[in-house]
Amino acid sequence: MAETLLTPGHTACQGCGEILAARMAIQAAGPNVIVVQATGCLEITTSKYPQSAWRVPWIHSLFENTASVASGIQAALRMMGTADGAKVIAQGGDGAFADIGFGALSGTWERGDNVLSICYDNEAYMNTGIQRSGLTPTLAYTSTTPTGSKQLGNLRPKKDLISIALAHGVPYVASATPAYPRDIERKVKRAMSIDGPSYIHLHSPCPLGWGFDGAKTIEVAKLAVQTGLFPVVEFVDGELVSWTRVVRPDPAEHYLQAQRRFRHILEPRNEEAIAQIQAVADANIRRYHLTESPPK
Amino acid sequence: MSRFELMEGSKAIAEAVALCRPHVISAYPITPQTHIVEYLAKKVADGETQADFSTVESEMAAASYVLGASAAGARTYTASSSQGILLMSEVLYNLAGMRLPAVITCANRAVSAPLNIWNDHQDSMAVRDAGLIQLYARDAQEAADLHIQAFRISEDSRVELPVMVCVDGYLITHAFEPVELPEQAEVDAFLPPRQTDRKLDPRHPLTFGAFADQAYYMETRFQLHQAVLRSRSVIEEVGADFTKAFGREYGKHVEAYRADDAAALFVGMGSMMGTVEDAVDELRAQGKKVGSLRLRTYRPFPADQICALIKENQKVGVLDKSISMGAGGILASEVRSALHAGSMRTPVTGFIVGLGGRDVTAETISRLLQRLEGPPADAVFVDLKPDLLGDLAETWKSTWETVATTQRS
Repeated sequence: MAETLLTPGHTACQGCGEILAARMAIQAAGPNVIVVQATGCLEITTSKYPQSAWRVPWIHSLFENTASVASGIQAALRMMGTADGAKVIAQGGDGAFADIGFGALSGTWERGDNVLSICYDNEAYMNTGIQRSGLTPTLAYTSTTPTGSKQLGNLRPKKDLISIALAHGVPYVASATPAYPRDIERKVKRAMSIDGPSYIHLHSPCPLGWGFDGAKTIEVAKLAVQTGLFPVVEFVDGELVSWTRVVRPDPAEHYLQAQRRFRHILEPRNEEAIAQIQAVADANIRRYHLTESPPK
Repeated sequence: MSRFELMEGSKAIAEAVALCRPHVISAYPITPQTHIVEYLAKKVADGETQADFSTVESEMAAASYVLGASAAGARTYTASSSQGILLMSEVLYNLAGMRLPAVITCANRAVSAPLNIWNDHQDSMAVRDAGLIQLYARDAQEAADLHIQAFRISEDSRVELPVMVCVDGYLITHAFEPVELPEQAEVDAFLPPRQTDRKLDPRHPLTFGAFADQAYYMETRFQLHQAVLRSRSVIEEVGADFTKAFGREYGKHVEAYRADDAAALFVGMGSMMGTVEDAVDELRAQGKKVGSLRLRTYRPFPADQICALIKENQKVGVLDKSISMGAGGILASEVRSALHAGSMRTPVTGFIVGLGGRDVTAETISRLLQRLEGPPADAVFVDLKPDLLGDLAETWKSTWETVATTQRS
């Protein structure tokens, strides 16, 4: 058994999908890394002075500059000749990468910097109390997209970071979820082997923010995949090379039922809203051929 | 043998930075900083300088890139101006808080709105509280020299702080002056490679930028304050070594000019102090006992040196190229505070001059000398045009007032 690189003693919630995904990712990456961490739950829960849960070199600077800091580190290692194959990992939440640090992430990708970026997508600003981000899904309740007589939660669709990464020509782009640990391991190892930018989008169910029992994190993560609402895909040099097959997709409603953040469209039942979310799942299924077998 | 040639201030700065062998340079273009980084980019493109030169998507990114590189143990450099410095400000606080060395040129420029690309000091003054060391250059030669010293100060194990070298936009960056640049071997002897064990290294994992609650935060701020104060003796030491190695005089935080027997003293920073010194000579020739003090070091603030150089029976006029809106001239307020702490009752008038590139000439200074005859005041804006002030014209005239205006008309 390899040494645990993200150790117990952190202060994450029971059943936190992000800390699970993060531990799987760092174990797959191994000790020869430098981790740059954006502000957020994963930062706050693992680095409270005078303790640290990290057994790898780790730096937190700000919320929005994570990718830029990572770029600077890889440049320094290259110029000083002290890299020894060490990989720089930039990691943060959906707010850190899709919103406030979006420009920095784009810059790192566009320059082709040798950085693995990992977005832990829990679909809202959880650290500050469940506010909407650009990756909050359609019609989800957050504390800044509340439900009321004039509004049914978040009115806008989830921003598509996978496509945005592909548009930058990022040579390795994948999504994954802690429901499938082997898949995370394989994808992180593959990304580690890329000499250039790579991007992994990790779905990170949040018991507190989404409203489910912390014992059901994996179940909720699986439902996101099985409904087609979170497609698990892998692109190499812009080509879709693999996806997690969903033979007979579950109705999106099953995923909605598992979480309080969608309760307002189920009680009372709002057929139009349910159909709107089902349409998101259907579009993913068609777009990524999720019901078909991926090529071997 | 050193080189002595006529060159643009930006080139002098770029050459000095290149002589310091930075590993990583990152910058985002903003007038009037651009020439500095263009010269550096060309030197990297020509293979003369072995550095990573990264063109990033914002000043926030440039400062962050440098922060990451510094945390990995590299020697780092960036430059900016005005809005760029403000966009960097969050990172500047962060660099200082994590005690990461870096050298940053601020090609001083006014801050918007209204948009203005010309010189004043509002940009660097806006980040004076971050925990940076701030040095202000008088001319191109001093700008070049201070950059070489800045790397050594910044990386000194007793300091480990970012150093901002402030050079007046256009007035220094775009002016051609004769500059003497040292040889590479001389700089190598003066400035050894950066040494630190406190860096991101998989063989010795460390956590940087931890989260500190009420039980720990305040101590770190005290330590940072102490580190900035402690840099004072290192700046003196490095300046003295520089003088030994290259002949030009450094090491003092405050340069006094004909101040000893002066009845009136002008205090300020940057290139305008060259003009002030010329004005002092002219006024002395007319029999007026005038002198000046120039702060080269602004952070750490050399309060006791200022007190030692000012006498109780002098009239002091502080020239601020920036203002804390609703309070007054920032340097004036700090000089007043230093004198008060030193139990001195020297009257201080705060002049706001040269905002957005308005000329400060020897003639301006002689009129300020007239104004010093009047009652001390703060935030006395110099050389405004009353016809542009609308119903504030009278308000302005009442601060500028009496002697000076009479002289003018």
